[in-house]
Parts: sequence; C-alpha cells; structure tokens
Amino acid sequence: MKKILSGLAALCLGATMATAALSQEEAHHDEANPTHFPIHRPAEMDWSFAGPFGRYDKGQLQRGLKVYKEVCSACHSLRLVSFRTLEDLGYSDEQVRALAAEYEVTDGPNADGEMFTRAALPSDHFPSPYPNDEAAAASNNGAAPPDLSLMAKARTVERGFPRFVFDVFTQYQEGGPDYVHALLTGYGQTPPEGMDIPEGTHYNPYFIAAKSLAMPQPISDDQVTYDDGMPQTVDQYSRDVSAFLMWAAEPHLDERKMIGFRVIIFLLLFIGLVWMTKRKVWAGVAH
Amino acid sequence: MSAGHSTYTPTSGLGRWVDARMPLPRLVHDSFVSFPIPRNLNYAYTFGGILSIMLVVQILTGVVLAMHYTASTLLAFDSVEKIMRDVNSGWLLRYLHSNGASMFFFAVFIHIFRGLYYGSYKAPRELLWILGCIIFLLMMAAGFMGYVLPWGQMSFWGATVITGFFTAIPLVGEWVQQLLLGGFAVDNPTLNRFFSLHYLIPFMIAGVVVLHIWALHVTGQTNPTGIEIKSKTDSLPFTPYATIKDALGMVVFLLLFAYFVFYLPNYLGHPDNYIVANPLKTPAHIVPEWYFLPFYAILRAITFNIGPIDSKLGGVLAMFGSIAVLFFVPWLDTSKVRSAVYRPWYKLFFWLFVVDAILLGWLGSRPAEPIYVVMAQIATLYYFGFFLVIMPVLGLIETPRRLPNSITEAVLAKNHGSAAAHPAGAAAAPETKA
Amino acid sequence: MSANETAEPTRRDFLYIATGMAGVVAAASVAWPFIDQMRPDASTLALATVDVDVSSVEEGMSITAKWRGKPIFIRNRTAAEIEEAKEVPLTELKDPIARNANIPADAQATDIDRSAGEGKENWIVMVGSCTHLGCVPLGQSGDFGGWFCPCHGSHYDTAGRIRKGPAPENLAVPTFEFISDTTIRIG
Repeated sequence: MKKILSGLAALCLGATMATAALSQEEAHHDEANPTHFPIHRPAEMDWSFAGPFGRYDKGQLQRGLKVYKEVCSACHSLRLVSFRTLEDLGYSDEQVRALAAEYEVTDGPNADGEMFTRAALPSDHFPSPYPNDEAAAASNNGAAPPDLSLMAKARTVERGFPRFVFDVFTQYQEGGPDYVHALLTGYGQTPPEGMDIPEGTHYNPYFIAAKSLAMPQPISDDQVTYDDGMPQTVDQYSRDVSAFLMWAAEPHLDERKMIGFRVIIFLLLFIGLVWMTKRKVWAGVAH
Repeated sequence: MSAGHSTYTPTSGLGRWVDARMPLPRLVHDSFVSFPIPRNLNYAYTFGGILSIMLVVQILTGVVLAMHYTASTLLAFDSVEKIMRDVNSGWLLRYLHSNGASMFFFAVFIHIFRGLYYGSYKAPRELLWILGCIIFLLMMAAGFMGYVLPWGQMSFWGATVITGFFTAIPLVGEWVQQLLLGGFAVDNPTLNRFFSLHYLIPFMIAGVVVLHIWALHVTGQTNPTGIEIKSKTDSLPFTPYATIKDALGMVVFLLLFAYFVFYLPNYLGHPDNYIVANPLKTPAHIVPEWYFLPFYAILRAITFNIGPIDSKLGGVLAMFGSIAVLFFVPWLDTSKVRSAVYRPWYKLFFWLFVVDAILLGWLGSRPAEPIYVVMAQIATLYYFGFFLVIMPVLGLIETPRRLPNSITEAVLAKNHGSAAAHPAGAAAAPETKA
Repeated sequence: MSANETAEPTRRDFLYIATGMAGVVAAASVAWPFIDQMRPDASTLALATVDVDVSSVEEGMSITAKWRGKPIFIRNRTAAEIEEAKEVPLTELKDPIARNANIPADAQATDIDRSAGEGKENWIVMVGSCTHLGCVPLGQSGDFGGWFCPCHGSHYDTAGRIRKGPAPENLAVPTFEFISDTTIRIG
C-alpha cells in the first residue's frame, strides 16, 4: 500500500510539472498567428456507436451515404469500401445491386485488348471521381482531395493531458467523427483580425493542419433531401456523413463491441473461478 | 532444467520407456511441477508467465496475419485493410496483434521495474538479467519493424527516422543506412526485409526466452525479501502454487488486453497510420509507438554538441546508451542488500525513476518546443544519474533496514496476526498439502 | 482452515473442475478465429459474375473464360459431336448424374441436361478442371473426342462426361445463363 501511495505521490508531482508545461504552451497563443492546430478543439458529439454498447444507427448511415453520394463523392473517393458491404446499412441485395449500378467502373481489357466501362457490381469498390491523384490535384488547385475510406480513423485531434488518461475509462474513440463534424460545420466564421488567409484557401478554425484549407464549404442547408423527416441542416448532414465515414473506416464496430461484451463477461467469471481456486490452493499457506 | 536433483519418478511403463530415451516429461516435471519457488512471491512475479502468454499470442496472430498480408509497397496498406474488412475475424486478429504488441511492452516494463525494485539482477543472476535485456532489445526491433508493415504514414516516416539514426555514425553511417534500407530511401526492399526479419525475430526471442528460463531455474527465483531459499519451509512446489497464481495474473492481464482490443483498439496507435505512406510528405509531427517514447525523448534531449560529438550523434548515443546501461546494472549496484524493501533511500529513488520514465514517455510525445526540451534534458539527466551515480554511490552509503534471517521468518512476521489463528500450520503446510 | 478443507473435498473438486472447464471453453473459443480466418474471405465470396461474349464462337470452336480463379470451357459443339453424345446409352456412363448446377442435383447425364438446354444444345459450358485432381483437360482429344486430362489420363466425351480413367465425375457445369443470344453470364 505504502508503495502505491508513494508511487501516486510521485505521479502527482509529474502531473503537476506536465500541467505547468501545458499552460506555458497555451500562453504561447497569438490569435492572429496561431502555432497549434486546430485552433479550436472539436466538440464532443453524441454518437450512437460510442461506448461499450454503442451500435451504428442504420438510418443515420443511410442518410450519411446519401450525403456522401450527392456531395462528397464529387471530389472524394471511397476506394476501400465495396458496394456489397452496404448491406450493413440495412439495404437488401437488390437495393445494393441498384445502388452499385448507378456507378460506372472501368474493366478490361476485353478480347480486343480495350478497356471498357460497365455498370458497377456489388463486388466492385466505389470508383474514384478522378482517374489518378495527379488529375485530382490538377482539378483542385493542386490539392488532391483525400480518400475518405479511413478518414474517421485517420484524423484525430490530440487529446492532451490529462484528457487522454480519462479516455481509457470513458472509452472515447470518436475523435474522428467529432473532427469531421467540427470541420464541416466550422466554415463561414470570420478570421481574427490580422490573420492572413492564403489565397485559394478557406478559413476554418477546426482544420487539423493549418488555419485554412483548400476545400471550400462543401455543403449548405437543404442541399440534400432527406425522406425520413430529419432536419436538412448542415449540422445534421455533418453528423450523418461523419457517422457514415466512421462506418466506412470501421465496418465491424458493432460486431467488435458485441463480441467484446461476451469476452469481458466470460473473463470476469473466469477470473472469479481462478481466484477462488487460487484461494483454495493457498489456503493455510502463509505467504 | 534443474538437473541433479530430479524428483521425477515415472509411474507407467510407457513413462519409463520415454524417460530412458528422451526425458522431456522429466524436464517439464522438474521445471514446472516440482521446481521450488519462494513462498512469498507477490503478483509482480507473475509477469514472466504473462510475457510468455503474450509471446505466444503475438506469434500465433502474426503467423495467421502473414497469410493475408502482402509485403509490397503497392499492396501492403490495402492488404492490411483487406484483413480489417474482408478476412473472416481479420479485424480481431489484427487488433489482437497490434494491441498485443503494446500489452507485451507494458508487461515487460513492469517485469523490468520489478527486477530493478527487488534487485533481481544481483549475483548470481547477472546472466539471467542480461538475457532479459537481450530479449527486450529483440522486442524493440520486432516492434519497430512490425510497425512499418502496415505502410501508413507513421510506418514510413518512423522507418525513415529510425534508420536515419545510423547516419550519425562517423565515416560509415551513410553506408550502414543504405545497407539497412537496400536503397537511398525507405522503399520496397526495406519493407520486404523488415517483413522477413519481423517474422524471424519472435522465434529468436523464443530461443532467448528458453535460455532466460534455463538461467532462472539454475539460480532459482528471487523474492521480495531478496534472501535466498535456505530451508524447505522457505519454498513451495511450482505446481500448484505458482501455477495457479500465474494463471490468475494471466487472466486478469487478458481482461486488460481484451478491454483494449474490443473497446479501445486504436487508442494506442497513431491516426496517421491510417493514411497510406507518402514519401513526399512528412506528417506534422512524428512520434513512435508509445513504448519507444521514453527513448525517443532521450534522443531529442541532446540538442547540444558535447566536445567532438555533435548533437545528432550525441542523441543517438544517449538513446542507445539508455538501453545499454541496463546491461551493466548488475555491476553498477554496489549494495550488499538485494531488495528495495530494506533500502529506504533506494526505494525513494526507484519510484522517482519510475515517474521519470513515465515523464520521459510523455515528453517523447510532445512537439520539440523549448519547455519540453528542457524538461526532457532534466529527465534524461535523472535517467542516467539513477544508473550511473545513485546506484553505485547509494549502495556504499545507505544504511539498510534489518534483514530477516529467512523467507519463512519474514512471512511469519508479516502474517503475525493471522498466523496466530493457525499456529505452525503455515510452516508445515507445503509438505502436508501436496 | 485446514479442517474446513478436508471436510469439503467436493467443493474443492468442483472448483477445480469448473475452472478447468472454463479454461477449455476459453481455449476453444480463441481457436475459432484462427481457423475462421482461413476460409474464403468476403471479397472472394462476393463472386464477381463474369459476362462472356460468345458471338464470335462459331460451330466447332471453344473459348476459355476465367471464373473464381478456374478456367471455364465454353464450346459451340458441332452437330456430329451432339449426335455422338446423344447416342451413348446412360448405362455406359461411369457417372450417370448430370452435375449441372442449373438443374436438379439428381438429373441424369443426358446430353440435353449437360448442354445449355433446349434450343441451345450446341452450347456446353463447364468448369475446366478435371474431377480427378484438378488439372485442366485438353479439348477435342482423348478416346472419345471430347476432353482428355494429360495428368492422369481421364477421357471425357463430347458432353464432358467421364468415360475412362481415374476421374470419378463428369466435368461440372457451373451456374450460368444466356443474358442475350450472344452473352453468357457465369455465376
């Protein structure tokens, strides 16, 4: 016990030093010339898939897919996601076939050695809007729009001390969707006085790497029609597409958490049994 | 493994037949059944068993992942994503493997700290300790190369930075780096050789583990008192006593492991590794896996030239030195007393060292800004000071607390209250219980 | 304590057995993902159907398509070949089952049930993988003018039925359909 206590005391000492350093870091901030990005930390949203019993909301994923299809897919690919996996969103086999058929993919070569295009099949992946990265960059002022397949796991704003410690216990794993949502809803703000925004970029205090980014505000209210009565607002679109991207990045999340629950329950019971056995074995042996 | 005092007597005809030809059952019996363990081992001593389990987990999951992985710069990233998406149970196996590496290191750190606390490195266990240090080094090599395989941004730039260490070597540095990379930059030849070595090293680790356990079974285990086993009452047979205690340690550890795999699978990883490697674009700030962070902080702490050694070489030397110094610990500690339990000052400095290591880990994850650099320099100074100054000097000047005469005496003193409830039962127990 | 223990041997035994059993259950459930991962994965199972254009395949010609990693023989048989196949009494066949995935599993290996069916009898579509040990048979060769497997000497007739040699079954007919007069969709 004493050991643990002295260890804890020492830890507190370390933590104090760390906090001191952090506040020093905060003090460095100069509104017009920020050095740490994003300028604002993304807000933590309520996600249906958060926490130990979190599950994807299929309705939300379907809406998110609609937003991706009608808005994002104009510039962003989703190359790791195949149409057949859309059955996870609650679509039937026929619906998936019909959905896939809306896209054209390149196949071939045929018997004459020519490449040809055909309607996509469920086994195909989402085709890229551009033939290659260079073309994508050329049509977008030199900044190729990144692939979105893993976006929800590839962008996480650093949590910092002591938040990252608490995250272990709260199981906070939604930094990606929180970030995407914050970015999509973070446009349209006036930059602080004196801030220099490079031409061809757009100020967004939630952007992870700089004060502004090449992508203009991609979506506005009422741009996508929802047929389930959900509000057609940028906020709702952003939530839905973020959830969809989380699914795209981590399609087996539901299964993972379900199996995880069983494993944890089993292990707890097993620990109980082994612990009782251990007590029996060691009973009467001073140690 | 403990020839000479075998108590194994085969009961069946087949048992005798095998024993006369290849006495493997005898070896198992002597090493894991009748082997005497100190009766006062606490749960810190279960980490050896936990580490064995983790090695097996890593090898098993690694072998099956290799059935789906493709070591090619064009396909590596996508093949990992195929494992995550399409392969049956692939996401589970991959998360087990990536989090397993973290758990492996977590356990090995506790194992090492336990050794430092109870003086497990002291004579006659120097070779046992050094074999452990070799395992640790091999683990680091395996962990580093494994992190390169998914071919994400951190994989690529981590490999670039770490192989860059070797360019700090005077005269031949460039040549050594090109030898490691198989080119002028991290590329397909690098990925292929890292995959090959990543597959090889765990089996080397398994080999050294056998030596490590062999050495352990020659000298016997230490224990929290640091006093060797003197009489029969000091010890208990490995089975069932250590077996069941190790089993409990393992399942509790597996619970922690499962918690991360199922609920925080990406917590210990870096988001940038979900971006495919791009040799033309470095991430904003490169951090290694968490288990390398303390050493990375030491590397970055050397921002100044030391005489003829420039800061680059100095950093690399300090970083390698921070691991190399572990090999010399048996001779750096001058204390006659083994366990920190009886060394009040050493105990204090030890816990400061633990905090220092954690602090270094945190600093390793910070950007290279002045305040962190200064803190890292102070922490690095303490890291080396602990081994090179405190250990040798403290052993000479510290007055240890009075040592008990035997393990049994220490145990009985600790259990004074409960021992009264069943007098003499404790001392007699090991023999009557079997 | 020790008195307690000898008085309750059943409870201790139960504990040991329960713990041991739980350990076995754990080991078995952990083993499953390691076996499971070896089965064909989702992308392999999502069998991409293959469309084959057969407009240029004239009577007496064959083409080979690839489906699920295996060759598919598509042959436009001559009238003589069909006639030859039709004349073989079923009793003479080594394997009297049609082995055609498009019709009931117990259908007889008549020539019509081996072919693409009424009106398309000239077409025969088969997995080009010998039912013995999987080599690719050579077309229009062997003792029966059909296919001949060079690996171990199996002879198939013009309807792809095994007639001689070690192969146990007729060449398998995969799921397919004519989606137009000139295009076959396999799978």
